[in-house]
Amino acid sequence: MKKMGDMLLQESPFSEIVMGNTALVRAMVEAGTRVVTSYPGSPTPEIAAAIRSIPSSRRPFYFEFSTNEKVATEVAFGAAMNGHLSTVFFKSVGLNVASDSLVQLNLMPITGGMVIVLGDDPGANSSQNEQDNRHFAHMSYTPVFEPASPDEVYSFYLEAARVSREKQMPIIVRLTTHVCHAKEQVWFSEWKPIVYDATPRFNAAEGPFIPITSMVFPKKRRALENLSAIEKYSDSSFLNRRVDHQNNRYGIITAGLPFLSLLDVLEKASKQPDILKLAVVHPLSRKLVKEFLETHKQVLILEELDNILEKEIKQIAFEEKIKARIFGKMDAEDWIGEYTPDKVFHIMKKIWPKLLPKRPEKKHPMQEAPPRPAQMCPGCGHRAAFHAIRKAISEQDIKVADIGCHTLGYLPPYRMGDILLCMGASTGIGSGMSLFNDTRKVIAFLGDSTFFHAGLPGIINAMFNKHNLTLIIMENGTTAMTGHQSHAASGENFNEPVDAIPIQKVLEGLGIQQIHETDTYQMARLTELVKQAMDEPGLSVVIAKHPCMLKQMRGKRGQTGFQIMPVKIQQDDCTRSYECVEKFGCPSFIKNRNGSVTINPDLCIGDGSCIRVCPSTAIHIQKRDQK
Amino acid sequence: MKNFNIYLIGVGGQGIGLLSEILLRAVDKAGYPVKGVDTHGLAQRGGIVASQIRMGEKVHSPLIPEGEADLLVALERHEALRGMNMALKDGGTLVYYNAVWQPLDVRLGLSDEIREEVIQQECRKRKITEIKVFHHNLSDARMQNIALLRAIHQNRLIPELTAAHYKTSMEDLMEGEMLKKNLDFFQSKIDSAA
Repeated sequence: MKKMGDMLLQESPFSEIVMGNTALVRAMVEAGTRVVTSYPGSPTPEIAAAIRSIPSSRRPFYFEFSTNEKVATEVAFGAAMNGHLSTVFFKSVGLNVASDSLVQLNLMPITGGMVIVLGDDPGANSSQNEQDNRHFAHMSYTPVFEPASPDEVYSFYLEAARVSREKQMPIIVRLTTHVCHAKEQVWFSEWKPIVYDATPRFNAAEGPFIPITSMVFPKKRRALENLSAIEKYSDSSFLNRRVDHQNNRYGIITAGLPFLSLLDVLEKASKQPDILKLAVVHPLSRKLVKEFLETHKQVLILEELDNILEKEIKQIAFEEKIKARIFGKMDAEDWIGEYTPDKVFHIMKKIWPKLLPKRPEKKHPMQEAPPRPAQMCPGCGHRAAFHAIRKAISEQDIKVADIGCHTLGYLPPYRMGDILLCMGASTGIGSGMSLFNDTRKVIAFLGDSTFFHAGLPGIINAMFNKHNLTLIIMENGTTAMTGHQSHAASGENFNEPVDAIPIQKVLEGLGIQQIHETDTYQMARLTELVKQAMDEPGLSVVIAKHPCMLKQMRGKRGQTGFQIMPVKIQQDDCTRSYECVEKFGCPSFIKNRNGSVTINPDLCIGDGSCIRVCPSTAIHIQKRDQK
Repeated sequence: MKNFNIYLIGVGGQGIGLLSEILLRAVDKAGYPVKGVDTHGLAQRGGIVASQIRMGEKVHSPLIPEGEADLLVALERHEALRGMNMALKDGGTLVYYNAVWQPLDVRLGLSDEIREEVIQQECRKRKITEIKVFHHNLSDARMQNIALLRAIHQNRLIPELTAAHYKTSMEDLMEGEMLKKNLDFFQSKIDSAA
C-alpha cells in the first residue's frame, strides 16, 4: 500500500496521482512552511487529512484546527511575525469570519511570509452561498494567485510562499471546489529537509505595529506599494500564460478552472481564439491585458462568479483608448454557478454563435429518478432529537436552524428549521424573533463545534439583553459534517488528548440558570425537557447529546470480531402505521410495494434508536444467534 | 486514442471513493493520461456522490460534459437512472449494482421505487448496453464496489486495462486482510448474474 505520509515526505523527485488538496501539502513541505492552521470546511478538509497522514513526529510543521477561521488566521499571523512561514486555510465563507483580521494583514511587514489558502465554492456544492472572495482581496490589498489544476496548486503555492517571504506580505492562493478535489498526475521536486532556526524573531523596534490613527497611513501606503510590486512581478511572471493561435480577431481572458472548461469546449471549435490565462488575478497586470486587448478585435472575459476582472479590464481599455469590443457578463445566468464545460459552451454560444457546433437537443428522460437529499445517518442522535422535539412544540413556533449535520432537520419528515444564515447565527436571529412576540415560541439550534466557533457571542447577548428563547445545543462530540474534526469539547485536539471544555459548565459560568441535558435516545425525557424549557422565561438551554454514530461505527468496524446486528421488524406485530419510515425517517427502513416495512441490512447499524418509535412494538434488537 | 469518460454515481457510504480511485490509478498504470474529480454535496452519508474519470490526450477539465459519459458505473438502482439521465450518452454502457437505498420520497410514499424494468426499457430505447450486478451472498455490503470493479474487468468495459492494472492499483490503496479479501473476490470466478 502506498502511504500518503511517506509520499509527502519523499526526498527525491517523484510523480503521483493526487488531489489538489494533497498537492498543496507537498508544496507546504517543500516550501519550508512551519505553521499551518485551519477551521474545517468543505472543500478544504482533505488538506488536513493529508497533513494527518504524516506522523506528527516526522511532520515538518506545526498544524492545528483552531476554534474558528479568525483565530486560525491570527495564529498563523503571529507565527509569521516571529519569522516562520505560515499558512492558514479554510472554506469560502470562513473568510467572512476571518475578515476582521485579514483586512489588517497587509498593513504589517510579515517577516516570515504568510499564504492564505481559500476554498471558494462556485456552484455552492457545500456552502450557504457562492461568494467570490476576490472581493476581500481587493478590500485588503492582498494579491491572489489562482490555480486551475492540482499541478498548478503545487507550483502556485510554492511561488506564493517564495514571493510572500521575499516581500514580507500576505498572498492568497484561491482554490475552488473542483480544483481542490481534482486528481491528476503531478511531478514533484526534491525535498531537502533542513533544521529550522526557531528563534522568535519578532522585533517591536521594527514597528510600530499598532495601526492607530495617523499610523494607519504609512502602513496603507506600504500595502499599496506592495500591490504595485506584485503587479510588476505579474507582468513577467511564469505563472500567467498565453495560448496563441495567431487569431487577431477573437481573444479570451480567463483564469482558474474555467480555463480548463474552455480548452475542452474549444476542442470542437471551428477556429481557435487566443487565450490569456491569468494566474495572478489580483493585482491585474496592465501590461499583459493591454497587449492582449490591442491585438484582438473581440475579447471575451470568461470569469466565474462575479465580474471583477471584467470591470478592471474595461477600465484599462477605457484608459488606454483601446477599441477592442469586450464581452463580459450578459445576464444573471453568467453570474450563477460553476463554469463547467457545459456552462462555458452556452456562454460562448451566446457571444460567438458560429464558433462552436450545434449540440443535439437534450431529450427528456422517460422517467426521472426521485431526488435524494442528504440524510442524517442511521443511528444519528439528531434524528432521535428531532423526533422528540417535534412532540414538544406546536406548529406555529419558530425554529431557527444553524450550520451542521443538524441543518438537515429542515427536511421532511422533521421540518425542524425554518431559517438559516451562517455559523452561530441562530441564537441572535432567535433573539430578534422573540421581540414583541408573545404568541409564537422561538427555539434555536446550535451545534457543539459551532458553539465555540461563533455561537458564544449570540448566547451571551441573549443573557445580557434578556431575550426570551430556547436554545437547543445538538452535541455530538465532533465536527461531523466536515469529516469528524475534533473541537474544544471533544477531549482531543489535532495533535494530542486534551481536557474537554464542558459546554454545560461554560453555560453555567455565563449565569444561565435554566440548563437541561439528556441523551437524545431518551426521547420521552427530551420531549419533556424541551416543553419545560420553552415554558421558562428568558434564555433556557437544552443540551441534546449523543455521540456521532458514523464516527463511532467507523471505529468499531475496524475491531476484529465486530458484527453489526440490524434490528428486525416482527411482521405479525406490524400494524403499518409507518411511524418508523415516515415520521422517524431512518433511511434503513424500506417501504415495500406490498405495504410492508423491512430493514435494509446494508444500512442499519443496530443502534435501536427506532425501537421506542413503533406504536405496536414490532421493532426488535436481534441477538447474534438469532440471525 | 479517443477520449473515454467514466461517470460513477452512488449514495454516500457505498464506497464510491475507493472504486473511483482504483479505476483512476489503473488507467494511469496502463499509461494513459487521466484526470478525475469527486463531487459530493454537504453530507457524509445519504446524499448523492459522484466521481468522474476522464482518459485521453485531449482531456482538459476533470468534469465530463453532460451526456458525454461512455461508461456509467452506478452503485445503486435509483442512481443508475439518475446517472443515465444526466451523464450517459446514447449507445454507452451502464454497469450497476442492483442494490436499492430508497430515497426520501420513496420512503415517504411520494414517489415510486424505480424498478429494474424501467432501467431495462430506458437502456433498450437509448441503445445502452446494460450490465446488472448482484451477489446474493456477499459477506460484506461494502464489497459491492469491488463487485462492480470485477464486472468492469470481466466485461472489458475499459478495453485498455488488464487485470494487472487493476490489481496493482488495488495494492496501492489497500493492505492486509482488506486487500486480500478484495483481491480474492476480484479474481473469483463466481457467477454474478442478478
